[in-house]
Order: sequence, then C-alpha cells, then structure tokens
Amino acid sequence: MPMTMTQKILAAHAGLESVRAGDLVLANVDMVLGNDITSPVAINEFERLGQKKVFDKEKISLVMDHFVPNKDIKAAEQCKRCRDFAGEMGIVNYYDCGEMGVEHALLPEKGLVTAGDVVIGADSHTCTYGALSAFSTGVGSTDMACGMATGKAWFKVPSAIKFVLTGSLSPWVSGKDVILHIIGKIGVDGALYKSMEFCGEGVSALSMSDRLCMANMAIEAGAKNGIFEYDEKTEEFLRQVGAKPARVYKADPDAEYDEVIHINLSEITPTVAFPHLPENTRTFEDMEEIAIDQVVIGSCTNGRLEDLIAAAEILKGKKVAKGVRTIIIPATQKIYLEAMEMGLLKIFIDAGAAVSTPTCGPCLGGHMGILAKGERAVATTNRNFVGRMGHPESEVYLASPAVAAASAVTGRITHPKEVMV
Amino acid sequence: MNNIKTNVRGKAIKYGDNVDTDVIIPARYLNTSDKKELASHCMEDLDKNFTKIVRVGDLMVAGKNFGCGSSREHAPIAIKESGISLVIAKSFARIFYRNAINIGLPIIECPEAAEEIESGDEVGMDFDSGVIYNFTKNKTYTAAPFPPFIQSIITAGGLINAVKSDMFGER
Ligand code: SF4
Repeated sequence: MPMTMTQKILAAHAGLESVRAGDLVLANVDMVLGNDITSPVAINEFERLGQKKVFDKEKISLVMDHFVPNKDIKAAEQCKRCRDFAGEMGIVNYYDCGEMGVEHALLPEKGLVTAGDVVIGADSHTCTYGALSAFSTGVGSTDMACGMATGKAWFKVPSAIKFVLTGSLSPWVSGKDVILHIIGKIGVDGALYKSMEFCGEGVSALSMSDRLCMANMAIEAGAKNGIFEYDEKTEEFLRQVGAKPARVYKADPDAEYDEVIHINLSEITPTVAFPHLPENTRTFEDMEEIAIDQVVIGSCTNGRLEDLIAAAEILKGKKVAKGVRTIIIPATQKIYLEAMEMGLLKIFIDAGAAVSTPTCGPCLGGHMGILAKGERAVATTNRNFVGRMGHPESEVYLASPAVAAASAVTGRITHPKEVMV
Repeated sequence: MNNIKTNVRGKAIKYGDNVDTDVIIPARYLNTSDKKELASHCMEDLDKNFTKIVRVGDLMVAGKNFGCGSSREHAPIAIKESGISLVIAKSFARIFYRNAINIGLPIIECPEAAEEIESGDEVGMDFDSGVIYNFTKNKTYTAAPFPPFIQSIITAGGLINAVKSDMFGER
C-alpha cells in the first residue's frame, strides 16, 4: 500500500505495516503540548481521569505564552494552576515568564521536536512542526489530558494534497506570502481534514524560517497538518538545536493524493489577507489605499530572528508614521537576545516602535495592543477573524514582516519596494 | 410526524459559513475555564441576541467549516453549556469536530439539512437511524452515521470516560 509522508509517520507510531486514508488509528505520541489557556482545562480533565502520574515527564511541554506576563488576576491563576501541576508531576519542559517564548517558536528552538515525530498540542498552530518533517497537529484540551495520561491519541488517517514547489522567492517575498497565496487559492476549508505535503526542488530554496511560517498556517486552510520533505536544511537545523536523531519518512512515488498543485515560487508577489478571513488575499496590483492605526510584528507565524531582520532592514534610519502604533514582539527570549546583540532592537526603538518581551499578546486580542472600534492593523500573525485583535468592528490585515514594516513607515498598506528606493 | 422518537428536539438557531472559534467565544474571555461564564458570552461577537433567545434543547444549524480557527475547547463547551443539544452543519473544522466528540456535544454533518432548515424551525434527530426531522417544514434528511470508533466515544460519554474504561489499553 503506497503511503504519503504523513501516513507513513502515523503507521509507524500506531505499530502498523500500512494505513490508508480514513482509517482510525491509536498512535503513540512523542510530545504533548499545552499553553496557559488550554492546559488548565486539560489539567481538570486529567484529574477527572483519576490519574496520578503523566506518561513521560520529558514528553510534555507546558508553555505560558498567551496572557503572559500575567495580564490580570484570572490569567495569573491559570498560570499558577499550570505551574503547580508541572511541579507536582515533575514535568521537565515547563516554560514560564523569563524563559518562555511563543510555544511554536520555542519548541523547535529548544530541540524538542525532531523529524518523524508525532506531536499533539492543545493549540491549533501545533501544525508548525511539519516544517521539521514531523506529523504535528492541534487537538483540544481533552485530547491533551488523555495524551498526558496515556501517551496516545486517536487519529483519522488523512488524505493529502501535494504541493510541488519550483523556483525561488523574489526580493521582498517570504514564506508568508507563499502560504497566503495558497490559502487565497484553495480557501479556508480547501484542505479540510487533509495533509498539505510540500515537496519539489523549490523546498530547498526556502529557509527553515519560511517553512515554519508556512506549516504554521496550514490550519488556516483547514488542514490537519502541513509537512515538508526532509532535506539538508532540515538536518542542519535539527543538528544546531540539538534535537533527537531524525527518522526520515519519504512519500512513496506512487502515493495517492486528492490533488496535486504546482506552485512556482518565482511568480509570487507580496500578498495581504484582508478582513475577515485569511483567504481574502490580494496583491498590490489590485489594492486600494488602506490607512492603518497599528502594526504588529511577531507571533508564532513571524516572530523569528529572520522576520525581525527583514523588518529592521526596512525600518533602519526611518521613522514610523505619526499615529501608527508599531509593536514588535520577538517570539522567544533567545530571539530577543540575538536581536539585541545584532542591534535590531535599537533600530526599532529609534524608529519609534515599542518592543515587548515575548508573548502572544495582541495576536489573539489578549493584551499588549488591542484595537478600538473602527481601527485597522497590519499584523504578521495568522488570523484576521472578526474581533481577533480587539473590538468586533476593528480590522486585521495579515502580511509579511517586510510589508508590515513598510506599512508602519507610510501609515498605509505598502509594498516594501516603495520605501526602499 | 409528532410521535416520532428523537434523542434531541428543539428550535433551530441558524448561522452562515465559517463560524470561527473567535466569535463562538472571544479570546478576551479565555482567562477562565468556568463553563457558565463561557456560556454567558457564547456567540457574542456574531449575534448579541444568542444568549437571550437560546433555550435548553435548541439546535444550532450552520454552513460549511463550522468552528474553524483555534483549538480552544472552550468553544464547544460554551455551546453545550448554553443548552444547545445538537449542531448541524454542512461541514466542521476538524479540531472543533474532535473536541465536540471528546466533550460529548453531539454534532452532525448534513449539507441538505443545513441548507434547508431555517431559524425558528422545530427540528429533531434520532441518533440511531441518523434521521433529522424538520417538523415545521414536514421534511426529513438522513445524515451519515458515526464510525464505530467515534460512536464508542460518544456512548462512553466522551473521551475521558472512554479512556477510563480502558479504550486506550494499559495506563
Ligand atoms: S502567537 Fe497567536 S497564533 Fe501563535 S500561539 Fe500565540 S495566540 Fe496562537
């Protein structure tokens, strides 16, 4: 039975020779993840199970990132619940204020995920680790509770859409533009219940940062997971972060796909998703002038060092437009420190931006940059649903760090080349 | 049609396509896991009236990709706690689907029913046969039954009970 990358990983973790799309399997998991919002619900359920210990102290990660540093008393109590639980259970990978980062930036950086792993996380963007050739997917708190107790999770084996990438990215174009382009093309339910498998020579032209950003937004097309073919760049990345040895699964040449989509990376131009769905994409050829009130650069989608470098390249020696609140949030402490040592933070502060300690903050309308009624933001985040960043009548435009930085300078949604002449 | 056996029966409250978890329960209320409090803000950013009109036993009907967005289990919890007995949609986002099954909120995909049922219609469903009844319009629709594995989670009363009863093997 020929299998896709995802199907091979699931078969191996379910102890089966082969699986086919639609099969229900019980698979062993290599990592169970939760954050400060989803873990308290999972801990309640874990207790309801009457469970005294977790299945493996090293295979659970609890990351306090959404409302951290604690934004209010209730948020503080939720974190305390997680902290106490982690202490009681002896959970090794517990990350709190001062050492945390946005979970999906933090886990790869700490080497906690490797190629061939099965990862479940009570956070929809857990699909990010597909960039490292792992099967990873978002689940709910009850799945997390059962995962912590048993080390297992149930899955319906997905069918797949194969994306064959060719060419390489033009200047001012990044992985964010590619994934927005794809979501614009197939829609927010275009890959519902399916895997998005990325392969072809174009993959090796993409940086790990681009791949992490693209896999991160697979969920925005409704996908179960997004996964990239393993190559030298994956190997190099995993070696640098000290991850466990990789298990490489390649799709069979005759594996079945629901659809094969060819994407020439060279043809993609900067792309922006308009409110209120990630599929409402436009390029600069068909965009009217849109004045903005806020810019957010950060999140698990685009808060990595490469993203900050792209923003700094544009903001260097310039000022953000009067009245445009520009908030820049390095995704982890390590990225924050590197950005400081490289002088990026100085560039941002000189330009008139606010730089924050790592947090999800404004990405989900939690804190640190909420929008008022009628306000508009350009954000490098991944969702622009109604009320996502504040008032239900505010608007979020999703874009790359380069577009976001250029827009901060002019006060309207702007192509980077316009401010870089 | 009135003496037909149904597991759930109530008035339909209908919404459109791509109802996301941010409108089902906005993130600003996620600093609590209190079910009653979550239910008191259910659907707030889409329909301010929902919490005022919903009655225990009512059904929610929607278009495609219902529950897209975040993995927050707070979303199906808020809907269930509001009194909704069944959600019928053209399709569900996958994390929402598994969360609803795992917490014991019945949900069913049936494009035909989701298309034709209107807000205010009196609707019921028999889980064994998969038949949905629209008493107001005098019509029936048939949904695909749950696969046995999922059926056993539902019968156990959610995933926690299924695991307790050793469905996952040794602990
Ligand atoms: S940065 Fe945004 S999308 Fe990513 S984990 Fe945090 S809230 Fe979720």
